[in-house]
Amino acid sequence: MTPLHSYLLVSALLFAIGLGGALTRRNAIIVLIGIELMLNAANLNFIAFWRFGPHPEALTGILFVLFSIGVAAAEAAVGLALIIAAYRRCKTAEVDEIDSMKG
Amino acid sequence: MITLLGIVTLAGAIAAMALRNLVHCALALVVAFGGLAALYLQLGAQFVGFAQALVYIGAVAILIVFAILLTRGSEGPQRRVFSASWAVGAGVALAVFGVLWGILLSSRALPAGMPPEPVATARGIGDQLMTKYILPLEVLGLLLTAALIGAVIIAIKDEG
Repeated sequence: MTPLHSYLLVSALLFAIGLGGALTRRNAIIVLIGIELMLNAANLNFIAFWRFGPHPEALTGILFVLFSIGVAAAEAAVGLALIIAAYRRCKTAEVDEIDSMKG
Repeated sequence: MITLLGIVTLAGAIAAMALRNLVHCALALVVAFGGLAALYLQLGAQFVGFAQALVYIGAVAILIVFAILLTRGSEGPQRRVFSASWAVGAGVALAVFGVLWGILLSSRALPAGMPPEPVATARGIGDQLMTKYILPLEVLGLLLTAALIGAVIIAIKDEG
């Protein structure tokens, strides 16, 4: 197992944990935390491939991660605002109780 | 070192996904983000490591704590914390991990060994951001402004 493999294993496990949490938890905030973990797993992949790739002097991986962190911050702000708005309307933050559009 | 940091990161992530109290989840999330920042530092990406600490530990975690506060999640769950179809979700997550791990093990394109540490100074990153990546940087600034204004408008109290 090469060093790159261990970083990719951590990243894959982090992605699976985030996905599992986002799919199984009831609270909307924890679902958002799971999505953040998945985004972070992708960022770790970018940095690992930048470090072990053939052209690290181009800094492509680092710059992609910086932009990705910025977009993730915007996503977190909008997501949490949506959760607060939904909580105010439905008086709950549990995703399976917000079912007023259920047929 | 990577083993230790990986274990800390993954333990934080598992705790953030499995604990019952939402405030404990947010604290475990901070541990996971801190472990990731340390992994970036260890990979030689100092600037990204500190940006991760500033943005995620400093801003996103605080934002999540505020959201927990505003939705009264800190009172603790009344009933179960996992959804009724949790087995399906766990199965999907396991399947995704299995596919990723199988591809990783069977791939022959991955370079082996440790190349010499590349130089990624803040100066070099700033140079690139101000020359080659100036347009994405401006677009990101516009996106952040629009997203934050939108977030305020969404969360603003309307009694109409």
